[in-house]
Amino acid sequence: MQRVTTAAVPRIPVLTRLGVDSRLLFMILAIAAIWIAFHLLTGGIFLTARNLWNLSVQTASVGVMVSGMVLIIVMRNIDLSIGSVLGFTGMSMAVININLFPQNTWWGAVLTLLLGLILGGVVGIVQGTWIARLGVPSFIVTLGGLLIFRGGAWLLTSGQTVAPLSESFQIFGGGLNGSIGGLWSWIVGLVLMLFIVGADLRTYGVRARRGLPNRPLALQVLFTGLSVLLVLGFILVMNGYPDPRNGQPRGIPVPVIIMLVVTAIMMWVVRATRFGRYVFAYGGNPEAARLAGINTTRLTILVFGLMGVLAALAGAIQTARLNAGTNSTGTLAELSVIAAAVIGGSSLSGGSGSIPGAFLGAVLMASLINGMLLLDLPSAWQNVVQGLVLVLAVTLDVYVQKRRTK
Amino acid sequence: MTQGTGMQGVQAAAQSATGILPLIETRGISKSFGGIQALDDVAVHLMPGEVLALLGHNGAGKSTLIKMLSGAYTPDAGQVLMNGQEVHLSSPRAAQLLGIETIYQNLALADNLDVPANIFLGRELLKGGRLDEDTMEFESRKVLDRLKVNLPDLKKPVFNFSGGQRQCIAISRAIYFKAKVLIMDEPTAALGPQETAQVNELIMSLKNEGVGIFLISHDMHDVFDLADRLTVMKNGRVVGSSQTAEITQDEVLEMIIAGKVARRAAGLS
Repeated sequence: MQRVTTAAVPRIPVLTRLGVDSRLLFMILAIAAIWIAFHLLTGGIFLTARNLWNLSVQTASVGVMVSGMVLIIVMRNIDLSIGSVLGFTGMSMAVININLFPQNTWWGAVLTLLLGLILGGVVGIVQGTWIARLGVPSFIVTLGGLLIFRGGAWLLTSGQTVAPLSESFQIFGGGLNGSIGGLWSWIVGLVLMLFIVGADLRTYGVRARRGLPNRPLALQVLFTGLSVLLVLGFILVMNGYPDPRNGQPRGIPVPVIIMLVVTAIMMWVVRATRFGRYVFAYGGNPEAARLAGINTTRLTILVFGLMGVLAALAGAIQTARLNAGTNSTGTLAELSVIAAAVIGGSSLSGGSGSIPGAFLGAVLMASLINGMLLLDLPSAWQNVVQGLVLVLAVTLDVYVQKRRTK
Repeated sequence: MTQGTGMQGVQAAAQSATGILPLIETRGISKSFGGIQALDDVAVHLMPGEVLALLGHNGAGKSTLIKMLSGAYTPDAGQVLMNGQEVHLSSPRAAQLLGIETIYQNLALADNLDVPANIFLGRELLKGGRLDEDTMEFESRKVLDRLKVNLPDLKKPVFNFSGGQRQCIAISRAIYFKAKVLIMDEPTAALGPQETAQVNELIMSLKNEGVGIFLISHDMHDVFDLADRLTVMKNGRVVGSSQTAEITQDEVLEMIIAGKVARRAAGLS
């Protein structure tokens, strides 16, 4: 049998050889540039602990949803309904929290959240079933969902705003009591740093033992060091914004913790589970996935169900933060989320997408909005800028795809 | 219809002569889509270590037949038997569990995934609840080495590889899961001459290991090089079968075009 000769060995880019994801690096640089630009434009307001703390809370709602959207886009679908589902479930939770449970019990808040998540999951599963079983394009089904659930949010209370919510429920929004405090933030930070060092050591050791290529040791130390410094900086910033009532550091807001946990879980799902593997296989070649015996109908339904749960989680965060259920909460959120996912490397032609990339996309979008608010830009201009950023990001994606297949 | 029953007579004779049951056999398989009769009373059989070429124009029913054998379609009527036992190929997974693996012309791989992910697609190995990437990579390397397929980096998405390499990956998948029956739909249609030779060599070595192979091909040279026997289909029916050694290319072409068994060939089979 003859040996296969590989087609001309492609030139390996320096970044790939060093084990650096060029897209993530590019995004980090873009975010850094945006931050510095806004810092200068706002006369030194942007890069303060107070503003960055606010920015982290503002990122939470999009950041929670974007990982679900990545899976949907990877599977060659789209979900336009999430803004409305966010509003609908948020309003439902407000109504439930006020009418069903006695004021200010922690279990009332938790049960409210649980019921909201179930509602979101059911909404997602119904839409997913419609798409997968009846073969209606997701664009149409979720466009219908966008109208239906926005209407539903209005109908729940005939358009009335529901407020105030129990103080326990407000914790989900990161309000006055919605942070974990300085001590706990340090504990979380230390655990995270130890985890990073441990995981990097373990990976390096395993790869070395198996004779697989590793980064140069110095570079690996640099990377691990930078990751630890990033966590350290994050904790310092979160603890650098004091509570006005007592001057104590606020620490990490609860919605930010929710976002980080969701992102970590979704990264694990994509990397280490069959479910994640099948989502990408389907995106790369739906027919191959089906012929490999993967139940693609169930897969589609599950992904939309997951998206619904995440939209409801974002609904809880937004509603708790506003301390009110309103029928317009989450309007146009779907667009920020899709933009964040696409900026973060999800290709609308399916098959490729990254959770960390999408997370950075969410940070980038939130930074833009936050900076424009600080600059007092009229909301009309904010929309123009967001729209331009989205189009530019997709243009870049199309360009990169073309160059790759050439 | 008379040809169909004639075929079964021939088959029964072949069985009693050798005493070996066919690896897989269809009896009276029919399937229609809307008003179109895609398959009409089709009977084919495949012996262990045999390469059977399926020939016919587009729309002759070859693809429908193999989709049925690979579990992608279910028949309206008729039986499928493996080693004399009736089996129900209700899904691709059911067919895989019975040792029937299918290699498609171009639908086989998820291009965005790496080599082990493709070889183990749908049958991933798990360790402690998470994907066991290391073992899958190791096993992939083992089966590729066995087939003498030389791939430099298994962790690259497979769109980086050539058509021939990708087809070899698809075949490795079938081999790893111990295919007894291999269905190959135009395995070399998209390949260059050198890659075709590579896949053809692979087919011959699998045949020697006792794997039964259905080969769908338009390339008459390949058919005569590789196949022990051929079956011609037209309009959803079996026109006739023959040992490749006992028929000429012109006679086969006549069967494909006219839908009739050439006189000399009919006498032989």
